[in-house]
Amino acid sequence: MMFTLQQVISEVGVTETDLQLWIEQRWVLPHRHNDDFVFDDVDLARARLIRELRVDLMVNEEAIPVVLSLLDQVHALRRTLARVNSAIDRVSPTAKAEIATLLKADD
Amino acid sequence: MATPYEILGVQPSASADDIKKAYRALAKKLHPDLNPGNKRVEQQFKELSVAYDLLSDPAKRARYDRGEIDASGAERPDRPFYRRYAEGREGAKYQDFSVDEDSFVDDLFANLFRQRRQERPPMHMRGADVTYVAEVDFIEAAAGAKKRLMLTDGKTLDVTIPPGTEDGQTLRLKGQGLPGVGGGAAGDAYIEVKVAPHPLFTRKGNDVHIELPITLPEAVLGATISAPTIDGPVSLKVPRDSNTGSMLRLKGKGIVDRSTGQRGDQYVRLRVVLPDQADPELTDFLEKWARRHPYTVRRGTDQP
Repeated sequence: MMFTLQQVISEVGVTETDLQLWIEQRWVLPHRHNDDFVFDDVDLARARLIRELRVDLMVNEEAIPVVLSLLDQVHALRRTLARVNSAIDRVSPTAKAEIATLLKADD
Repeated sequence: MATPYEILGVQPSASADDIKKAYRALAKKLHPDLNPGNKRVEQQFKELSVAYDLLSDPAKRARYDRGEIDASGAERPDRPFYRRYAEGREGAKYQDFSVDEDSFVDDLFANLFRQRRQERPPMHMRGADVTYVAEVDFIEAAAGAKKRLMLTDGKTLDVTIPPGTEDGQTLRLKGQGLPGVGGGAAGDAYIEVKVAPHPLFTRKGNDVHIELPITLPEAVLGATISAPTIDGPVSLKVPRDSNTGSMLRLKGKGIVDRSTGQRGDQYVRLRVVLPDQADPELTDFLEKWARRHPYTVRRGTDQP
């Protein structure tokens, strides 16, 4: 799904000034089409998250990039871990057993 | 089922402000986007949101308190949280937001990613290389030898020391390192060779040098003597009137050149040694001889 700036403003419940600021800070990264911003699902969800952090959870503005960066690192790790998991899914049973043993040994 | 007040952990008499504070505190803990991968919190957060929706609206709260609506009356439609996209393909652009080339994520799985970039399937990794030190004596290094190394894990490794191996040289044994993973090739073993010094022989390039004592008669009259080489003793002809410092060459008795395969030479430096015990006959002879045949050997060294 694609959304315009106005749609995001009303969906998320944010002022245009705030949303513009978030885009300037690169907290939200919509595409540009001609002179308009185009938001996809992930941009919308992220804008909503930022609104909730700012308004509902009262995270102050300086802390937002820290929170986002840490969250994105967690997601990046989880993506990587998912790839590792799927790779482990495809190795031979012997290798799987070996990996299981190594993981236990590291505990 | 818990009441909205129980979910928020407040008294039914709580003020609007208390309710807001309680919600904020719980939402910080339970927000699904702050708990990626935790499925349980999503349900808890949903219940929290429903409870807060109801109690934060004075009209709805009053109707609930009077029993006109139940706690689920205000349920919100399901909404997609950010975390739903963040780990998928769509979320990739935000990974660049914080995760760059040098990030610890790359470090953690550096090996895996390296394999991936080379378009090799993951978990099909070459085993690690290992390094051992082999100590050999001079003759073994010069002439070549087979050595059996005891490894730390109790296994043994047979190493062929090729002729002409130098001190500090590293030999590579292909496939003798740690086994590969998932059918990957084994790593290599690197053997660093330490050559022990020899009491007689020294090596200069591909030549072997040795100092050999001879008797006075052998020096003056010449002789055929036995000289040690790295191949074992050989006959060496000492010419008449040899002296301390005379250098004799044994061609082809040196060390094999690793690139050309040609052998160097052995150089024998002679050292004239007088008899252990003073010999009166020799003394008498030299007294007479010296009077008639004076010669100088320290020209230029008389004046310091």
